[in-house]
Order: sequence, then structure tokens, then C-alpha cells
Amino acid sequence: MLEIKDLHAEVAGREILRGLDLNLHAGEVHAIMGPNGSGKSTLAQVLAGRDTYAVTAGTVRYQGQDLLELSPEDRARAGVFLAFQYPVEIPGVSNNYFLRAALNAIRKYQGQEELDAVDFLELVAEKMKLLHMDESLMKRAVNEGFSGGEKKRNEIFQMAVLEPKLAILDETDSGLDIDALKMVAAGVNALRSPERAILLVTHYQRLLDYIVPDYVHVLAAGRIVKSGGKELALELEDKGYQWLGVDDSQPADPSGRHSRVGA
Amino acid sequence: MALLDTKETAAGVVASYLARFSGLDPRPAWLHQRRQAAFARFAELGFPSHRQEGWRQTNVARIAESIYAPQPPLPPGELVPRLRALELPGVDWSAEAVRLVFVNGVYAPGLSSPGAAAGCRVGPLAPLLADEPDRVAPHLEHDDERDQAFVQLNTAFLADGAFIEIAPRQVVERPISILHLTTGCKERKGVAHPRTLVLAGRESQAAIVETSAGFDGDVYFTNAVATIELGDNARLEYTRLEQESRAAFHVSKLRARQGRDSRFTAHSVSLGGALVRNNVHAILDGEGAVCVLNGLYALDVAQHVDNSTILDHARPLGTSREYYKGVLDGKAVGVFNGRIIVRQDAQHTDAIQSNKNLLLSDSAATASAQPQLEIYADDVRCTHGATVGQLDAQALFYLRSRGLGLEESRKLLIYAFAADVLGRVEAAGLRPALEHLLWKKWAE
Repeated sequence: MLEIKDLHAEVAGREILRGLDLNLHAGEVHAIMGPNGSGKSTLAQVLAGRDTYAVTAGTVRYQGQDLLELSPEDRARAGVFLAFQYPVEIPGVSNNYFLRAALNAIRKYQGQEELDAVDFLELVAEKMKLLHMDESLMKRAVNEGFSGGEKKRNEIFQMAVLEPKLAILDETDSGLDIDALKMVAAGVNALRSPERAILLVTHYQRLLDYIVPDYVHVLAAGRIVKSGGKELALELEDKGYQWLGVDDSQPADPSGRHSRVGA
Repeated sequence: MALLDTKETAAGVVASYLARFSGLDPRPAWLHQRRQAAFARFAELGFPSHRQEGWRQTNVARIAESIYAPQPPLPPGELVPRLRALELPGVDWSAEAVRLVFVNGVYAPGLSSPGAAAGCRVGPLAPLLADEPDRVAPHLEHDDERDQAFVQLNTAFLADGAFIEIAPRQVVERPISILHLTTGCKERKGVAHPRTLVLAGRESQAAIVETSAGFDGDVYFTNAVATIELGDNARLEYTRLEQESRAAFHVSKLRARQGRDSRFTAHSVSLGGALVRNNVHAILDGEGAVCVLNGLYALDVAQHVDNSTILDHARPLGTSREYYKGVLDGKAVGVFNGRIIVRQDAQHTDAIQSNKNLLLSDSAATASAQPQLEIYADDVRCTHGATVGQLDAQALFYLRSRGLGLEESRKLLIYAFAADVLGRVEAAGLRPALEHLLWKKWAE
């Protein structure tokens, strides 16, 4: 479904991704782990089409298409979804309007009929239960005044409504308490299916107790340095990154911030 | 737009106004005396120079250096269909509406529907000027307007206007609409000096929407003056909707004096006009008065809109909220001057002022804000803030990453920026109509 070859990307002249290779097939859940500044969030943002990152070499193919050629909206319409590390607040735009416009843009692109307000609300009510969200949320502005945990849950809620083919979760677990983490995990697990692929970008092992990945990759200094099964996460938990020769005191981006630009 | 055709000298322009002034009907005599004094004052002051305090960012040379003359009314057969084609969210054309329409400064009874029911009197001012001078004369002139050339010019040509009186304790549910339509072209530039007088009795409640409009491409100058008196505990929502032709000039003055515990909300929405200057002077002249000045200007090409407001807290325990927002595209210029005066007597004043601007074009549009606080009381809360920004790139990406197209995302964010200003509009039916108009504008 997703085939990344020798991907190089930079921001403001600084190379963050330095020859990254990764393959995801439908039905698989992959976790990407790595120290701060290793390029995890950059990868997520590049896949979603954020233009602050310049791809300088390599290819990304998604369902046979050149993903890098597509605008961010066309990627979304073709089924790519990024759950943001830092979801953006949009005062003045209600969740209801936003999500229905998004869903209908995707449905239209995929040749499906657009949903009217009633059908949409029905769909939404069902997905809200899954994430234990209050229906009043739909009238509120997108992420405005939401707590950190509510924002992350809202991302997963959006994902549940939009039903992407490729879901990329950028540190969705960061900052969550255990209840919120379980709800997020339930939301993601409900989406697991043979037609979908999920890419979990995370800094912590705990998420993987609730969303069990098929594959785990270690990203360091912009490249995948180790890949394995779910047991690799446990090994990392025990030994840290050093045993892989990864010096996590010297990230590719020493500020540790660039990977968050636009997140 | 070739507006700068022939430049007239200042003396030539004043002479042209004098020539027309001399042709006015000198009746009623008391009024004519006042008009003469106002004309003399106008001739003395001349049009404000951009070197003058309060006018530094707005140059009215294009008004001062051209001759504008009232144009004859259009034949009804031509006027009505063209008027229907205008989208005027502030004008209630329904059968139940109370509505006053002026075309080129002249009352249009055929298009109007004055009201006298339910303790509310809405109609042209002329009959009152003739028959009930004592009712209206005290409200036609104010000492604090003596140095305002445009107000003096308006008074000099005062012959009619809109008169609204709400009796004490009356609640008027349906918004009252006033429309000023002005016409003119490059060769025969039009002019109108609309006057509105609103007397809101004690404990009354009403909403008024005053629209200034013109046909696309018409060249004219509108010089409007509105005076509003709010009795104790009265509530009034007043909207000025400026939808002039893009080639027109618009100067307005709104003066509101508020009694004790009254609540005055003034919305100002500026969409049209080549050069627009809106002056607002709200006087919180009773304890516990509340004043909300809520403004939106949505401009493009080379439009220039200047909102200059004075909030005068004259009594204790007053509250004022001032929110002005601008959406500027092309080479548009948005100017905001917000002056807040807190008199010595006005203890426990609570005043918040905010001016926010969204620039859509990369560098060509400009916005400027000058807050000016004059505080003579010692126990008050006054804050002000101004921002100028562009569309949030992160928000834009977020929307696109969910499948919304670039143009739709931009439109949505612009609309969202203005949403809180529109959200304060309470007058029945006005907000959705305004939203529709703006949504269409930004969808272009």
C-alpha cells in the first residue's frame, strides 16, 4: 500500500530524513519509534504533504500512485489520514461543519454520494460512542479550548468518521492519561482491517500494549536502523536505543524542534 | 477606475456647494438659519486636510477636489428592478416591514412603509421640521460637532431625513430598516447628505438597520449623519451597513448619547466604497450604561476604510466593548482609530478595545490601528489590543489534510475570522443574511 524508497527531506536547509525506506501492506500495523529529533514527525508530515518540508530525493508510492505529486487535500481524498501530534485550533469553524465538509470532499472524490445532515449526524453519533465523546462537541469550534487529551481523541474521532485507508498517527499517545490512551487505542483497533494500513509514530512503548503492531521500526538520524516484530518494542523498553548504536543525545535535528514545525 | 479626472480647487468646490445652498427652499425659517450657520462654519473649516489630527491616514482630496451634485431620481421603471438586483441584507422588503427609503437624499414614499403603530413612530423627518420643531431641533446640532466639517456640510443641506421614535417601555420586535440609495456617474457625480434621528424612550427596545448602497460603478459621495438618544434603561441595536459602489465615497457620523443603564450596540459593516470614513461617538452619559461597538470591514482592490471611534465614558460604572475586525485583500487599506475617554466622574469604568486584521494578499494590503486612551478617573479597567496577521498556515494545512480544497479552506478560515463579529448581531434575520453575503464575497 505504501512504499517509501530512499526518502530524503529537509526543512530550512537542514536534512532531517536521510534515505528512509519503508513498506506497508494493507492490513498491517507498523510502529515507528526513535529518539527525539530522529525524524519521526517529519516523516508523518511529509507523507501528509506539509510544504514546509522539501523532499530532496527518493520516492513514495501509495496504492500505485506517486504520493508526493498529490496536494495535501488529494492525499486525504485518496485515503491518507494524519492524526496530528499537535492538533490545530480553528476558532469560528464548528466540528460539525468541518467534519461533514471533509467527509463529503472525500466521498465525492471517491465517487460516492455526499451525506446529508441527517445521515451525517447518525454516522457521527455512532463514532462518538466509540470514543466516549459528548455530542455537544460537534457544535464547538474545532479543537478550540480542548484539553490535550480531548484534542487527541478528536483526531481519532475524525479518523473514525473519515475511515482512511492509510492512517498515520503522530505521537497520538503523548501526554495522554491511561483512560484517554485506552479510548484512543480502542478507536484505532476498531479501524484495523485487512483493507487498511496503520502507521504509529511514537516515542513511548506503552501505546503498543494497547495497539499491538505487526512490525516495529527504529528511526534514528533520518533512517530506519532496525526493524522487527512487536518484540522489538520490548527490547527497546529494556535496553533503550544505545544498543542499536543510536546516540540519542545527538539527534539529527539538535534543537529537537524542527520535527515539530507545523505539527 | 479613472476617478482623478478634473481636479477642482478648494474654492471652486465650496463655491459649487454654495451655489446649490443658495437654491435651497429657505423654509422653515428657524431651520434655514441653522443651515446658514452650518454652511458658514463648513466654509470656514473646509474639508479636513490629511495633515490634520485624526485625518493623517485618510486623505479626502478625492472628495474635496470634485464637484458632486444631487442627481435626479431614476424613473421607477428603471429603479425598482435595479434595486431588486442588489443583495441588501439590511433591507426588509416584506409586507410587514417598517422601512424608509431615500433615493439621492429624497424620501421615496413608494418604496417606503413608515410605521406609526405600537408606540413607535417611523417616518420622514421633513414634517417634524415643519410642524414640530421643538421635538427635533435640540437633536440636530451638538457642540462637539462644531469642528466637524462633514457634519456641518450635512446640516447645511438638511431638509429631510429618517425619524424614528420609540415610546417608553415599547418593545419593537422587527428590525426597522432605512435605505439610502445614491446614484451618479463620472460626468455627473452624485451626492446625498442623509440624516437620521432616533429617539429611544426609557426602557424601550428596538433594532435599526441603516444601509447605504449604490449601483456598481456609480460615482457619488454620501455624507451621512445619525443621531441617537437612548433613554434610561433603553436597549437599541443599530447597524450601519455600507454597501456603496466601489467608485463611491462615503463619510458617516454616528453620535449616540446613552442614559442610565441603557445598552447600545452599534454594528458597522463596511463592504463597498472607494474611500470610506466612519466616525462614531458614543457618550455613556448615565450610570451603568453599556456600549458595544462591533465592526467588520471586508475590503479588496484599492479600497480605503477608516473607522474612527470615540467612546466617552462620562458617568460611573459604564462598560464598553469595542471589537473591530478587518479582512483586507488586494491593495486595500484599513485604518482604525479608537479613542476611549474616561472622565473624572466615570469611576469603575470597564472598557475593552480590540482591533484585529487579516491580510489576504502578501504585502500590498495594509492595516493600521491607533488606540488612544485618555483616563482621568483612577479606579477603572481599560485594555486595548491590536493585531495584524495572515491566514494561519498550520490551520490551512490542517483543513487540507482532511480533504478540504485549498480555496475552500482559505474561505473557511476567512469566514471563521469574521464569525465572532457576525455572531454579535442579534437583529432578527440579519445575521444569516449578512453571513450569506460575506460567504459569497469570499467565495469569489
